[in-house]
Amino acid sequence: MSNYYNAEMEIASPEYMKAIQSARLIKMVYNCYNNVPFYKKKFDEIGLLPGDIKTIDDITKLPFTVKQDLRDNYPFDLFAVPKEKLVRIHASSGTTGKQTVVGYTAGDVDRWSEGCARAIVAAGGTKSDYVHVSYGYGLFTGGLGLHYGAEKLGAVVIPVSSGNTARQVQILQDFGSNIICCTPSYAMVIGETIKSMGIDPKDLPLRAGIFGAEPWSENMRKEIEKSLAIKAYDIYGLSEIAGPGVAYECSEQNGMHICEDFFYPEVVDPDTLEPLPDGTFGELVFTCIGKEALPLVRYRTRDISALTHHACSCGRTLVKMHKPKGRTDDMLIIRGVNVFPSQVEHVILSLGMEPNYQIVVERINNLDVMTVHVEMSEAMFSDEIRQIEETERKIRSALQDTLGVAANVHLAEPRSLPRSEGKAVRVVDKRKI
Amino acid sequence: MPIKQISIFVENKPGRLADITAILAKKNVDIRALSIADTTDYGILRLIVSNPETAVVAIREEGLTASSTEVLGIAIPDVPGGFAKAIRVLADAGISVEYAYAFITPEKGQAFVIIRVADNGLASAALAAQGIKLIEQADIFE
Repeated sequence: MSNYYNAEMEIASPEYMKAIQSARLIKMVYNCYNNVPFYKKKFDEIGLLPGDIKTIDDITKLPFTVKQDLRDNYPFDLFAVPKEKLVRIHASSGTTGKQTVVGYTAGDVDRWSEGCARAIVAAGGTKSDYVHVSYGYGLFTGGLGLHYGAEKLGAVVIPVSSGNTARQVQILQDFGSNIICCTPSYAMVIGETIKSMGIDPKDLPLRAGIFGAEPWSENMRKEIEKSLAIKAYDIYGLSEIAGPGVAYECSEQNGMHICEDFFYPEVVDPDTLEPLPDGTFGELVFTCIGKEALPLVRYRTRDISALTHHACSCGRTLVKMHKPKGRTDDMLIIRGVNVFPSQVEHVILSLGMEPNYQIVVERINNLDVMTVHVEMSEAMFSDEIRQIEETERKIRSALQDTLGVAANVHLAEPRSLPRSEGKAVRVVDKRKI
Repeated sequence: MPIKQISIFVENKPGRLADITAILAKKNVDIRALSIADTTDYGILRLIVSNPETAVVAIREEGLTASSTEVLGIAIPDVPGGFAKAIRVLADAGISVEYAYAFITPEKGQAFVIIRVADNGLASAALAAQGIKLIEQADIFE
């Protein structure tokens, strides 16, 4: 078994990779211009013709795409292919309840699956492994992404999905899962459950874990590696680009190799949008040169990262990205779910309440806990506890419905939440990641 | 005539009760009875005071949330079974009590109980029919 899923690409020479990227970019730009009115208009505005793009280096001539563009074209207006060619839709939460919708052709699913298959192989996986997928299945790309990746590799997928941790542990034990895929915080929970069930993790056949969809630290990696007795690998992705498998860690466990033959990366200064040199942190931007249905051009991820083209001890020549160290917007990732403060505001306003709130995020027992503090108003107040509790319950359930993740509600005294120069301090992230 | 109770939203933070009662003291508001309903995060401070209107205005001026609620007051003999007898009347009439709190009066041998029910008219009639004495704001602050 090779160390690579696709050696042709993963250890390609820079010249070969550039040729592949150039050919794919040219094809993609024609696809955008001819089939996506949004891009035709954008190109026309700056007087750019598809023929102006001759190599991958011309990418800087192309305009950027932002998340708002996906919202403005909700749900399907950025798709470059007719419905007959689509085979899959995924979506992630948006800012005001509107989701960001993405579509895939069979070829897109195949290339995305390859990204995940490469990640599994880079984590030491082979076709004779049991791959235990504990990411959520559904519109979220995590579950199905790794599922298809494992199948593409020819491994045995165990599609457990998330939740019911005791059952997860039982499956790890009885089925003999070799590789587990989930969010790092859930891996910590599984680790604790293994301990509380009195199981020695060294007795489990589990060798490696592929963890992503939320920020995590080197300390968490050490804890997970100890509590599950495995090697823990990072994986990166976002639904707009494909899903997990856009980039993945190798045996070096130091930065993630980007599938740059499918997803061409750049790092730009978030203010000037000028490209930044290797090793400099800035906003990560992807161009989906390997996508047909949703060929996003220079999509601004809002993730802050840096690229490095240094030779890697694993032999891969694919460019590496640094673990994202923050965001250029106010998006929070709570237990793998994207949450924007504006969504919380939307919920509060829709309940007829004053938008005086604060979001506090903590990590308690390795799980993200979000608490929304809402100022008590005369209209919400009652001399009876159960009336107030009913109000709290209403806010909680509306938040859960809109955000797709549970939030605690804390009622605060009026004017008690901090305001700075009239603008409220909306988010306090206490997580030490 | 029901009695006016004021209710104040209090977050569970050290010093809040001291702050709030100081606001009332400054306005010369006399507290005759109080009860606190508490949860993990917050409490509701319920007060029977000499001048409820002044109290509510003063509390709101300080940016706090307050409301005024009409509750029932009854006078009961300060003997074993005194409260039991009164509350049995409400139970027999199928009236549920949201909350209640009691205080002793200057008049020896008598206690006052504040009762919060959904329908004051219905509860008053039931109590009066069984000879339970209902009190008014003036009875508390005479």
